[in-house]
Formats: sequence, structure tokens, C-alpha cells
Amino acid sequence: MTEPAESAPAGDFMDEPVAAATGSFMDEPVAAATGSFMGEPSAEGRFGEFGGMFVPETLVPACQELDRAFRSAWADPDFRNELDRLLRDYAGRPSPLTECENLSEQLGVRILLKREDLNHTGSHKINNVLGQALLAQRMGKTSLVAETGAGQHGVATATAAALFGMDCVVYMGTVDIARQELNVFRMRLLGAEVRAAETGSCTLKDAVNETMRHWVAVADTTHYCLGSVMGPHPYPWMVREFQRVVGEEARRQCAEILDGGMPDVVTAAVGGGSNAAGIFAGFANTPAELVGVEPAGGAAIGRSVPGIVHGSRSYLMQDEWGQVLEAESISAGLDYPGVGPEHSHLAATGRATYEQVTDTEVIEAFSLLSRTEGIIPALECAHALAWVSRARSELAGRTVLLNLSGRGDKDVDQMMGILG
Amino acid sequence: MTTANDAAAPGGAATWGRLETALRGRRSAGGKCLVPYVTGGLGDDWLETICAAAGAGADAIEIGVPFSDPVMDGTVIQKANDRALSEGATPQSILAAVRAAVADIGVPTAVMTYVNIAHHMGYERFASSLAEAGVSGCILPDLPLEEVGEWAERADAAGVETVLLAAPTAPDERLPRICARSRGFVYGVGLMGITGVRSELAASATRTAARLKAVTDRPVLVGVGVGTPAQAAEVCEVADGAVVGSAIVTRMLEGAGPEGVAALVAEFRAALDGAHS
Repeated sequence: MTEPAESAPAGDFMDEPVAAATGSFMDEPVAAATGSFMGEPSAEGRFGEFGGMFVPETLVPACQELDRAFRSAWADPDFRNELDRLLRDYAGRPSPLTECENLSEQLGVRILLKREDLNHTGSHKINNVLGQALLAQRMGKTSLVAETGAGQHGVATATAAALFGMDCVVYMGTVDIARQELNVFRMRLLGAEVRAAETGSCTLKDAVNETMRHWVAVADTTHYCLGSVMGPHPYPWMVREFQRVVGEEARRQCAEILDGGMPDVVTAAVGGGSNAAGIFAGFANTPAELVGVEPAGGAAIGRSVPGIVHGSRSYLMQDEWGQVLEAESISAGLDYPGVGPEHSHLAATGRATYEQVTDTEVIEAFSLLSRTEGIIPALECAHALAWVSRARSELAGRTVLLNLSGRGDKDVDQMMGILG
Repeated sequence: MTTANDAAAPGGAATWGRLETALRGRRSAGGKCLVPYVTGGLGDDWLETICAAAGAGADAIEIGVPFSDPVMDGTVIQKANDRALSEGATPQSILAAVRAAVADIGVPTAVMTYVNIAHHMGYERFASSLAEAGVSGCILPDLPLEEVGEWAERADAAGVETVLLAAPTAPDERLPRICARSRGFVYGVGLMGITGVRSELAASATRTAARLKAVTDRPVLVGVGVGTPAQAAEVCEVADGAVVGSAIVTRMLEGAGPEGVAALVAEFRAALDGAHS
């Protein structure tokens, strides 16, 4: 694949190896045999055979405008500085890295937590949202529209909209509205309009459909603030870049704690996959093993059947005719039948592996972290801990970095019903 | 992206498929083209509805193959999709029924569905399934120009006409490329939005038709937001024809049956004939 000259990045990515196809201008050699990971996708937005821009013609100009705007902004030091300032002064970055002594002792695995739960709004979602809101402002947009599952991305988007003085509409499935009442109220408190997605399974995938339908009619004034590393190009790439800060920080923090060393394993929960993409990005070109953890009821990668929905080609849960299946998991934030295309690429190439855990294992992990460390995790990242707990004999004596992507406050009500 | 093989190039008629030939025929005769959309697998009489629509003056029929996540469709077609799926409609059941009724339908058909249906079956197999069912064309609205190559190559090989959409916001340089790669007709999207009936025809509908007509000899039909006979007549002051979806499907959902749909199609036909005969 060749890339048009105008889209060639001019050294705008910090110490990031670039995929061979796009040409490398860095000092680091590109490893041809093992490949270089989590660089820039091809000009067509492909990560290997995944990704792309599968949207109606009516959305193509908006996606292309966004691609141009992001490339320009990401290469602009003023934009980067302003985003860094917001992440520091508003979101509270850097987030700490916590060594879990009690839990490590109990499991026999050295566990480090990247504390995205301590960010403003309670999860990693704010990283992406501040980046996109700043970009939207730069593009002259006056409104944001977003989809949300658990409500974390909706809350983060509503927060950024309030900060930037923008209008905000958030689509949320009716099932999720019922199980995440508090986040619905939070969004309204922040001035956003929450609209119910009442079609299909009434969860995240349907909220994405409704958001795309909304966006097509108002794209001239409205930015679609997509919450994960999915959707049409440039979203999977752009959202990963906005989440890269998680991995970059964690790598520096690990080097301090581990005397210049690296964790053996980096793990994170995967729904669409933004928190995993963010932390993986800091370690993709190190020897660390990368392990994504999917809910058993939403295991797009576990089934490994490619499909095309919501703008990109990726692994997708579907029936024998290509109808998209409904994901079912205890965690609204992971109730998504697809996965970001770069994760499919990482899986297909073997650079990352993807495990599946059951709701029962997740509930145990949720309680385990609460009791041993005094940290109530979001149900999403409890998936990653559930895998570590299950795999503890294979992981014995090794160091595991786990992205604790969000706090569990939003899930307490639901868990009260389950645990009593 | 290959866009070189424009069927409008010299050689012309020999390379037009059945769909394009029919639409050009209507235009040459001084008429306007009418293409109603019917959701496949919706109710027991969807096939009879297609035949009745053809008999009432349609030049071709767009047959919707339901998909679980129709991002370009509004509430009416979503509802029809959901109902057809819950009644057990599959691409196979719809195509088998169409195949058995090709002679009764009598006019060319085009399947409208989303790319994952074709992708899951495999582009080559899906294209040959359409051809074997006697379907002339195919519309995959979530396959834009940049992504259409892989599918279009197989569709061309199977003799299936791939109709491309053109958006009101498409830049000038994009339109000729869309027209060159499109087969059957060029589908001008009437407005920036999803399918559904609006109270008025958007200004973008005729504007898009005019921009397309200026760059192509291929029939230009406008759909999305063309919901009444008067709106169809209005857009056809510029366009070569209209695609009518939600208005037809609303009738189907209301249980109007083949006769009720045929009556509506006849109204559209009369409006187009009245405006331009």
C-alpha cells in the first residue's frame, strides 16, 4: 500500500516505531520478522487485514475531515501541550502505579495496578474524551454526540462538553439506562441530554447505531466523540493515541519500581478495547506479554470470525448469516459483540493473546480486590483480575501490570443485588 | 482503488446490465424511473407485494435483505428489518423465493443490504447467489468508494450491477469517480440523514441530482427522504427517477397487502408520468 504524501507524518509520534508500510523515519529499526506494533495504520486505516472505513457515503466526508484534523493536531506541539495541560490539571494525570502487596502475596504473582480509576470521572475514558473535545473545538464544532455502555464514556463526554461549553447528546441502550441509573443522572447533571437507544438488544451496539444515525444529519456542527478503539478510520487509531498516555506513563513508572525492568505481562479488559490499547501501546515493542481479557459472553476475539459493522472490519460475534449477535455480560461496558480492529490484528499476528472469563469469576475478582487492597474496581477491569487469579499458577513469581481502568462506584448498586 | 472501467465509455450498451438497460430504456422513452423498496421476508406476502409493485408501474424493485444493524435506516425500515428477522428471514430464504418468482416479478431487481451479509457469506459466493437468483443489482450502503473494490470486482465477474450512493456533501472531485464505478444507476442520497419520510423534499435532493447529472450519463435516481408522489415528481424535475422506501414499507407494516402497496406505487407512477409526459 502506498500512502499519499500529504498524509505522511512528519516525526510527530514520540518514540514510537512506525509500521514498515508507512516508512520509518525513527532511529529504531523496524523488526521485519516480528513486526512493529501499534504504530500508524495504513492510509486506508488498516491494521493488517482489519480496520478500514466502512461507512455510508454520507459519513465519508466527516471521517475524512476528522482524519485530516487529527493528523494536523497531533503534529502540532501547541495542541499536544494543551492536551497535556488538561490531562494534568483537570484529569489529574499522571495516575499512580500501585503495587498490591496483599494481593500479590495471596496470589503468588507480583501485581502492579495502573490506577486509571483515580482519574477525574473515574476511568480512563477521560483521556480520550479530552483529546477529542479539544480536537472538536479546533475543528470548529459546537456539539458532541456519543454512545455509552456502562455510562463511563457518556459521563466523560458530558464532562468535557461542560468544560468546553459544548452541547452534548449521549445515546444509551434502554437496558443500560436501567442498570446504570446513577451515570444517567450524572450525565444529566452535567448538562447532557441522554437519549434511549430502543432498538435491537438495547445495549452498547445499538447505542452506536443510533449515534451514527444522529451524526450523519449534523456532522457539520457536531463531532462524534466515539468512546473506544473501534468505528471507522481514524477512530481506532486516534482513540488509541489519546489513550497511549496510559501505557507511556506506566512504562516509566514500571521502570522506576522495577529498577529499569519491565513487567512480564501486561493485561487489561477488552470490550471495544480502548483501555487495553492504551496500556498495550506502551509495551507493544517490548518483550512483555500482552493479554486482553474478554467476557465469555462477549468474546469477539475468542470466536475469531471476522465481520464488518460500525465502520470497520474486525472479529465480530455473528450468526451463520452474518447477523450481529447480542453480547451478554455482567458488565455493561463490555457488552459489545465486536472489538477494535487493532486488537484483531494483535491477536491474528500473535503479538497479544486474548482470554475469556465468566461472570462468576468476575464477581469473585471484584470482591477479592475490594477485600485485599481496599480498591473497589469497575466490573470491566475486574475481568482482567479474574484472569490473573485463574492463571496464578502459570503466572507464579512473575510481574503483572494490570490496567485498573475504572472505579467500581457505578457497579456497587448492581453488585449489592448479586452479593447481598 | 480502481475506477477505470467505466461502462459509460464507448462500448456502452453491450456492458449495461439488465437493471441499467431498463432504466435507460424508461429515460429514452421520455419517462422517469420508479424504484420501490420492499423488505424481503416481511410478512407472508412480501413476494406478492413485489410482483404487485412491478405490475403497478415500477421500473425495478429494490429488495431489502434485513440486517441486524442497519445504520443508514430510520425507524420504519428498522422495524421492518426486525420483524422480518424475527419471522425467520435469511438471505438464503429471500433469494430462494426471488429465484422462484423471477418471471412473475417481470422487472429487474436489486438487493439492498449491508456489507456484513455479503462479507460473511464471502463476496464471491454472495455475488453468485444474487446472479443465480436472477437479481440484477446490489446496493451495499456501508461500502463507500474506498472500500468497494474487493466486492465490486466479484460482482462484476458475476454480472451483478453494484449501485453506488453519492452524498450531498461529496466534494466535486468524488462524484465522477462514484459515477464511473457505479453500475445500474447512481443513487443520489436525498439528504444528510437516514431513510424515512419527511414533510418536505430537502433542497439537497435536487441539488445532488443536478450535480450528478452534470458528470454522468448513467441514470441518476434519488432516494432517502422521497416519501410522497409529489416529492418524487419534484425531485424528478432534475433526476431520472426516484427510489421510494419508507413510504412503501409503512404500508406493508400497516398490513395494506400487495393491493394496498400497488395502489401507492400507482400513485407514484401517475405523479411521475403526469409531471413529465
